[in-house]
Amino acid sequence: MKLTHAVALVVLAIGLTGCTKPKQVQPDTTTEAPAATGVQTSGVGTDTGPTTATTGTMSAAQQQALAALQSRNVVFFEFDSSEIRSDYVAVVGAHAAYLTKYPTARVRLEGHTDERGSREYNIGLGERRAQTVRKALLLQGVGEGQMTTVSYGEEKPAVEGSDEAAYAQNRRVELVQGP
Amino acid sequence: MTPCRAHARPKRINPVRSRAQLVLSACVLLLAGAGLFFAEVAHAQLRLDITQGVRDAVPIAVVPFGGQPEGGPGDVAAVIAGDLQLSGRFKALERRDLVARPTRAAEVRFEDWRLLKSDFLVVGRVEPASSGIAVQFELFNVQTGQLLLSQRLLTTERGLRATAHRIADLIFERLTGIPGAFSTRIAYVSVDGRPPSQRYRLIVADADGYGPRTITESSLPLMSPAWSPDGQSLAYVSFEGKASAIYVQRLATGDRRRVSARSGINGAPAWSPDGGKLALTLSRDGNLDLYVLDLASQGLTRLTTDSAIDTEPEWSRDGSSIYFTSDRAGNAQVYRVGATAGQEPQRLTFTNGYNARPRVSPDGASLALVTLDRGGYRIATFDLKTRNLRVLTDGQQDEAPSFAPNGATVIYATRAGSRGTLAMVSADGRFQQRLSSDTGDVREPVWSPFPAPQR
Repeated sequence: MKLTHAVALVVLAIGLTGCTKPKQVQPDTTTEAPAATGVQTSGVGTDTGPTTATTGTMSAAQQQALAALQSRNVVFFEFDSSEIRSDYVAVVGAHAAYLTKYPTARVRLEGHTDERGSREYNIGLGERRAQTVRKALLLQGVGEGQMTTVSYGEEKPAVEGSDEAAYAQNRRVELVQGP
Repeated sequence: MTPCRAHARPKRINPVRSRAQLVLSACVLLLAGAGLFFAEVAHAQLRLDITQGVRDAVPIAVVPFGGQPEGGPGDVAAVIAGDLQLSGRFKALERRDLVARPTRAAEVRFEDWRLLKSDFLVVGRVEPASSGIAVQFELFNVQTGQLLLSQRLLTTERGLRATAHRIADLIFERLTGIPGAFSTRIAYVSVDGRPPSQRYRLIVADADGYGPRTITESSLPLMSPAWSPDGQSLAYVSFEGKASAIYVQRLATGDRRRVSARSGINGAPAWSPDGGKLALTLSRDGNLDLYVLDLASQGLTRLTTDSAIDTEPEWSRDGSSIYFTSDRAGNAQVYRVGATAGQEPQRLTFTNGYNARPRVSPDGASLALVTLDRGGYRIATFDLKTRNLRVLTDGQQDEAPSFAPNGATVIYATRAGSRGTLAMVSADGRFQQRLSSDTGDVREPVWSPFPAPQR
């Protein structure tokens, strides 16, 4: 009974994601002449750098508030921890204040880890960090629909290096404000 | 820099460089029209540095084959010597130390090779055949003068490297009892540039690093390549859509299909032994759990429900269960769960505070994994019957182990200074070598299965 319920939920969830899926990214698969071993290259050439907030429709006040957030949009973490350190509670609070004041604003929470440990496990740790920040924002009244999370694990370090100074800068959640 | 493309035609390579420096791959780009001149572009060139095990390596002399110039890309003896050296179990004699150049049994004077303290000797020649060319070789025991192996293989000029790998496979099997895995391929991820603007490439090369070909490239991370059991396709994770998604790409055509782009994380694809399903990791409740995706029907079965991180699935050889990493007990450990819904996971590893990313050996009897051993992340094997954990490497950040299809060697990623490189260790831990890369950061090596039997 429980199981069928779970299966039904899964099916429903697939259906939902299927319906609400945003535009599909069409990879630029350039097909080239077959090489000696039959391998061909296919380039994913589209530049997918970070989005920049469209400020066109914003009030001057909102633009000013957004600009003020740009300098404090990263929350750092201790090793193997996903707890928000006391010195970053204010950063999260500032984003919460902005998001609750401007309900059409959106934020993308990008979780990251340092390079130690296995890569897919670190994707999990980065997600856990992003979820911690998400929950903190939820508690402060930010709408669920205003937030998305993504975890890059150790794949997108902020800085290079294999020492504690580099690790400390890489264990982070970036709060990327959108329009 | 121009990436090294599939059809950059290797015009000239350096199959063997001096001493312990064996250039394993070179990528050549034709620059000017009409081939008036050309330049080598060393993109992610892998070079073999022997770090351990030389003393135990068995000396073997591979004499340049008759009927072909020395030093070309199809230099059969150089490819064979490179393969045997790459296994860590053999040490090929330097060319300049070869006292003679016999190409057939009648020309061999065994006392010459005994003086050089070579245990084995390979001679051979390339000859025109009625269709294409033929490669004839002989393998001798130098001490006894006994002929151990003699074969004639038909090929073409373009197929010379493949034929040389085949010969290395046969020699390796004759001398060790283990089928050689030199005719296989590796896939890996290469990253160029400095944060935050980096370029990610998924590359497929021969098992000796030769002929790297970029399969996919992106300005956002590519990770977790996994070979299909037939060796025809790779599954991998790409963040190109700003969220992770799993793709399956056929190597022969370059066609690819996005098989999972569900909300949240789509990660860690692993093929079932029959090739019909992918085990993967999704995060629909905000944490990672394991699922099985049927590739034909797109049907999804959930395997785990714990609030911890459950990831890095790997199928057992019989397809009945799945090994995975979970931190449900507080830190990362390896578990096993049945491959159908509603099974209770069992914890397998208890030694050390961190064990992750299990990969099953070809015989199904052990796992290669990453363990935190005395402060360093290292590669270990875990015997599924005795539960004994054996640390094979001594790095600080060794990760992503992958068995060669013959089970004799494990390829993995390590760090040399600030750069990621690839390394190999024999499954018994005796031989260890590093494949350094001159440029970029190289990671997540995965060894292909054996090629399908030839028709």
